[in-house]
Amino acid sequence: MSESTVLETKTGEFVAEVDPSCARAPVGLLAELTHRCPLQCPYCSNPVDLERVNTELSTEDWKRVMREAGQLGILQIHLSGGEPTARRDLEDIVEEAAKSGLYTNLITAGVLLKRERLEKLRDLGLDHVQLSIQDVNAENADRIAAYKGGMDKKNDVAKWVKELDMPLTINAPLHRQNIDNLPAIIDYSVKVGAGRLEVAHIQYYAWALKNRAALMPTREAFMKTAEIVNEAKERLKGILVIDFVVPDYYAKYPKPCMGGWGRGIINVTPSGKVLPCHAAESLPGLEFDNVRDRALADIWLNGQAFEKYRGTDWMKEPCRSCPRKEIDFGGCRCQAFALTGDARNTDPACSLSPMHEEWAAKATEESHTTDVPEFIYRRMGAAAATSTD
Amino acid sequence: MSEPVTPTRLIVSSDSILRLPRHIKLRHDAGRGRWIILAPERVFEPDETSVEVLKLCDGERTVGAIALQLAEQYQAPVDVITTDVIEMLQDLADKGVLK
Repeated sequence: MSESTVLETKTGEFVAEVDPSCARAPVGLLAELTHRCPLQCPYCSNPVDLERVNTELSTEDWKRVMREAGQLGILQIHLSGGEPTARRDLEDIVEEAAKSGLYTNLITAGVLLKRERLEKLRDLGLDHVQLSIQDVNAENADRIAAYKGGMDKKNDVAKWVKELDMPLTINAPLHRQNIDNLPAIIDYSVKVGAGRLEVAHIQYYAWALKNRAALMPTREAFMKTAEIVNEAKERLKGILVIDFVVPDYYAKYPKPCMGGWGRGIINVTPSGKVLPCHAAESLPGLEFDNVRDRALADIWLNGQAFEKYRGTDWMKEPCRSCPRKEIDFGGCRCQAFALTGDARNTDPACSLSPMHEEWAAKATEESHTTDVPEFIYRRMGAAAATSTD
Repeated sequence: MSEPVTPTRLIVSSDSILRLPRHIKLRHDAGRGRWIILAPERVFEPDETSVEVLKLCDGERTVGAIALQLAEQYQAPVDVITTDVIEMLQDLADKGVLK
């Protein structure tokens, strides 16, 4: 699909427009404060084996992580989950992050928030709120999240964020069961006063991979979203910044997953494991250090899991001799492993991968199925996998 | 829902009086030896000139006054500087960095 190369796409969840030569320290830290979440979205990016509450880091642990992050030169902290507001000590963590000079971003589903708490978080230094919506059709949104009344609460949260004079991003994961509402999602974002909208086609790992046949849009439907977004970007210039994450199944080249392994983003799980990407635990042969045992900077610079796929030395062909190897870094290691059995292979999202045709054909077939399967909702134990904790 | 307010694009002219909103942070990044703008899920790396202009966007001076000051400082034609400054600030305004 040659057209895909002309789309202005933002392919990482967190986009850092920085000179890569300066980026010895990570730019962003994704802090998964908890895997608890009242929502059960079937495309959740958390691992299928969710970490349990009794393994979570303490308040003091997280505060130390914030201080270490600031010292390491990390610029932005993304407080995520699960649902980060499920942690009662979120205030303490935000306060410490702000004191450590970090730009603080709360990534929330919103449904547990109260206005007073949001105001307190703001006063403690919270810089930005990213609010997820599952759709603008309340009934459909609540069905996707398996949470009644969610949309009403999100409307309240969006209103409070603006009343409290905070910047708001709406994050709308897109898939075949809400894709037709994209124009309404854009209108909604403008109406609630968001300055930024992230239209993110689902990336098919973990829970989303289990639900792929229920979520995968057709190529035609995807192309239409690209047109809609491009038109809206032009029309809403200076009003709404729109970031568009494409489904890599329909791309010509893979996305530079995490902006390159161990290059710009560091992830800490609820139990303190430090990962190069939030799905890295799906890969074999990696040793994950824990912030309880080792300094964040040391883990980043020397940790085995970070060194394993950092740079380009680990690559096989066709990546090794590819002129794009430092543009997309061979795509996603987790996807390469899940689909080819070897994490060093080219991500099948790349048209140069020998598996690309077969893989894209499968997606196309699933996207056209009329027999859409029921969701496998994200909940503890739903994956029928043995928990490791 | 709150009552609808129709947001409009900020158009930068020499009469504009601009400043950085509270959530936009112009900061020196000591570790990497550069200036950065921290914004929602973005880090911009402004060049030297942009940093100088942004520091003058204090919510009091007009863009025209900023351009005049720079023109005198660098002994450059004011109309050229004004055009450049407006273009640069418009780009940043469209990214949500100014208000």
